[in-house]
Amino acid sequence: MKELARDALDTAQVGGAQYADVRLQQTRHQEVSVKDGRVDGLSQDFSEGVGVRVLVDGAWGFACTSTMSKAEIDQAVEVALGIARASARVHKRPVDLGPPVAHKGEYVGPVGTDPFSVSLEAKVDLLVEAERLLRSQPSIRFAEASTECTHWRKLFVSTEGAELEQEAYETGAGMECSAVNDEELQKRSYPNSFGRQVAQGGWEVVETMELTSNAQRIAEEAAQLLGAEHCPAGRKTLILDASQLALQVHESCGHPTELDRVYGTEAAYAGTSFMTPDLLGTLRYGSDKVTIVADATVPGGLGSFGWDDEGVEAQNVKLIDEGLFVGYLTSRETAAQLGNGRSMGAMRADGWQRIPLIRMTNINILPGASSLEEMIAGTRDGILMHTNKSWSIDDRRLNFQFGTEMAWEIKDGKRGKLYRNASYGGITPDFWNSCDAVAGPSEWRMFGLINCGKGQPGQVMRVGHGAAPARFQNVNVGIA
Amino acid sequence: MISERRDLRDLTDEILSASDAEQTEVIVTESDTALTRFANSEIHQNVAERNIDVRIRVINQQRTGVASTNQMGADALREALARALESARTQPARPDLPPLAPPAKLDPIVVDDATAHATPEERAQRVGAICAQADAAGVRAFGALSTGSVNYAVANSNGLFISSPRAVAHLRTVAMADDGSGYADRTSSHLADIDAEAAGAEAIDKCMRTRGAEPIEPGVYPVILEEYAVAELIEYLSFIGFSGLAVEEGRSFMRPGEKITGEAISIWDDGADLTGLPMPLDWEGVPRRRVEIIAGGAATGLVHDMASAARAGVESTGHGLPAPNPTGALAVNLFMAGGSAKSKDELCEGIERGVWVSRFWYVNIVHPKQSQLTGMTRDGTFLIENGKVTRAIKNMRFTQSVMEAFGTASALTSETKLQAGDDYDFTAGIRVPAVRLDRFNFTSVTR
Repeated sequence: MKELARDALDTAQVGGAQYADVRLQQTRHQEVSVKDGRVDGLSQDFSEGVGVRVLVDGAWGFACTSTMSKAEIDQAVEVALGIARASARVHKRPVDLGPPVAHKGEYVGPVGTDPFSVSLEAKVDLLVEAERLLRSQPSIRFAEASTECTHWRKLFVSTEGAELEQEAYETGAGMECSAVNDEELQKRSYPNSFGRQVAQGGWEVVETMELTSNAQRIAEEAAQLLGAEHCPAGRKTLILDASQLALQVHESCGHPTELDRVYGTEAAYAGTSFMTPDLLGTLRYGSDKVTIVADATVPGGLGSFGWDDEGVEAQNVKLIDEGLFVGYLTSRETAAQLGNGRSMGAMRADGWQRIPLIRMTNINILPGASSLEEMIAGTRDGILMHTNKSWSIDDRRLNFQFGTEMAWEIKDGKRGKLYRNASYGGITPDFWNSCDAVAGPSEWRMFGLINCGKGQPGQVMRVGHGAAPARFQNVNVGIA
Repeated sequence: MISERRDLRDLTDEILSASDAEQTEVIVTESDTALTRFANSEIHQNVAERNIDVRIRVINQQRTGVASTNQMGADALREALARALESARTQPARPDLPPLAPPAKLDPIVVDDATAHATPEERAQRVGAICAQADAAGVRAFGALSTGSVNYAVANSNGLFISSPRAVAHLRTVAMADDGSGYADRTSSHLADIDAEAAGAEAIDKCMRTRGAEPIEPGVYPVILEEYAVAELIEYLSFIGFSGLAVEEGRSFMRPGEKITGEAISIWDDGADLTGLPMPLDWEGVPRRRVEIIAGGAATGLVHDMASAARAGVESTGHGLPAPNPTGALAVNLFMAGGSAKSKDELCEGIERGVWVSRFWYVNIVHPKQSQLTGMTRDGTFLIENGKVTRAIKNMRFTQSVMEAFGTASALTSETKLQAGDDYDFTAGIRVPAVRLDRFNFTSVTR
């Protein structure tokens, strides 16, 4: 395979490329799902191909093929060269990639038990039992439990001399059930919403979830929600559980610090950002309780790797430092445009057939010194919201609205009654500046998000978020 | 494309003959697509993609397994078949498993070669025209132009072989100034029908008119929703509620046989209508039927795949997705009936104070059973006063039951516009009018 990749670089250079990189990727994926007492899906997928990115006359071209032969890859190179020349017709300033990147090495993600070595029978048995327990309440109309595992391998070579081999396993599981009556539908998910929780690692990731031990509780919570009061409207103190805070970080810090978005290359689709370069180092993004990093080195994170898809080494950089906006997620090209020199390494593609874009790695809010119980005890009139149900944010990442599966009244320092259909909204910097407490390391967890969309053609990226419960003051709740 | 070198029928026959399962299905999706993306009035991304996916489903003793590969060698295909058979072995029997589809025939769709094989130069020429318009107007152009073709084939051991190609061109553009932005898009099965300069002019005009936007108080307003905004709402309605499974599970707003929204609202799905983006078969090999989903405000029909149809005691309407699919059938060739208004300006007549919405952004589901969605306006939001658009306003968030809002539909344009989904495979094509709704709930405003 290395030979094929090196040959492709030669073909690109002979064809006039001033820079080229070649990325071979192979992905094996397995999913098992059980719904309403039956195996609803059992699939095993395999995909392999090569993507070629070239710079000609200062402009980009990209092409790919799933046929792993020299002739086909050479043809893809020729297509990419032709596309780059067409790009140069409508191009104003030549691409500057900054300093060359020529790392060589290997990365292997952490894995305990190879998840593909666990029999399908064992997976089916686990899910059938968990799903049966989910349907333990009469009001549960439908329930689903699922597991997945992925094994990806990549080879990256470039005309600057980079040669990188990487592989990792990603494993996860999840379950959800919905209680339904004539007017209402209330869903509960475990261990997170979005179908399942996934991490880099082996079958041990699933074992630690204890699906069957939690299934009945989840079903009972869904049933209780059907009869719960509607979340009241007003301005209140808001406490978010770690999983909801992870999504808040994703939408209101991860996306707006993507520097390609700032420079407009997502403007027609995913939007732009209010976090413009003139605000770097001066914008009070949040309170001094808020420090957020992009850390591609966290063991087990879905955004962890050895090198990004431009060959830049994994790094841990601050985006928000005690409330101050200090950093971006970058590519080589945007880092050079910003005047930073070297990229912090956030270019990722969701497969061999797509170009890398600036994507989140693991965007983590660092733990504070408080605790969930301490935050509740210190709240006179508030709401605790738990597990995301809906999410939306404007195209500059300012106006957001989230809904959660569960919420509880907090009155005079104590958790009170359960609310259904909870929601809250706000404006990003106002919200983060109202943060007065973040829980400590013992309540800090990594979450894996598997549905982050961006780009045209659309790419779905897997990213990580570390978060702990946190408290915010004077938040608009009960909107929906 | 792969089929230029190898007949799809031969490929599916080879897999079917190698399978010893009671029933076997093969879905082949081959795509040859390209996309030219531009920002700040220059091309910054330009890509081409060729891929083929073979998806094998087997059924043995009421157990089913699925495996896929994008490698076409004999060994890779044998391995995929073996993985599907292994998957089917390792599970309890499922007595309600429906059989595979019976043989069927389709009228062939003729694909426009010029769209399927458009060159990067042809895309660059159109993109260059928009960028030149933007330069002349003193604004910046952003967007993407995609072209290409996708060929679908479904074969099974019942003797079914059915296939349909599709070619689509899709242009979207945003013109942007420091304090304003405007949007336009165009979709067609024929690249020649994409008028890039008209789209560029529309986006630039809207951009100029949005400059200096001021906020208004959130609240309930009459709205004019342009086709871009209407199509987005319909796409979400389809996703959350138009399927038989969604009704069966009690998560849909559809109450079959009952009036659920305004009489002006009629929505149907028709995969064979050439004025949409035709997709005449589903991923189970069933020809799509026209389904009247909402007629005169009443819930009149649901889309089904083989499984939900069997449980409901009806025939599949041809809206199945590739297995495994726990979410049910999906309507993707949607049409909404127009009204009698001759223009969008006519829709504004009689509105004392209202909001003109060009486009929504980041729409998401709040409460599926109540068809309640939230989302933002974007790239062209204006105040209507005394029947006329008077000035630009800041973007606003809505949180609203769509069925309730459509219940206040008081005028629709007679002309309809084709809107496409976002992605390469061009799955969704939705033809809609612009609509006036008398009550629409905006819950906040952005900066």
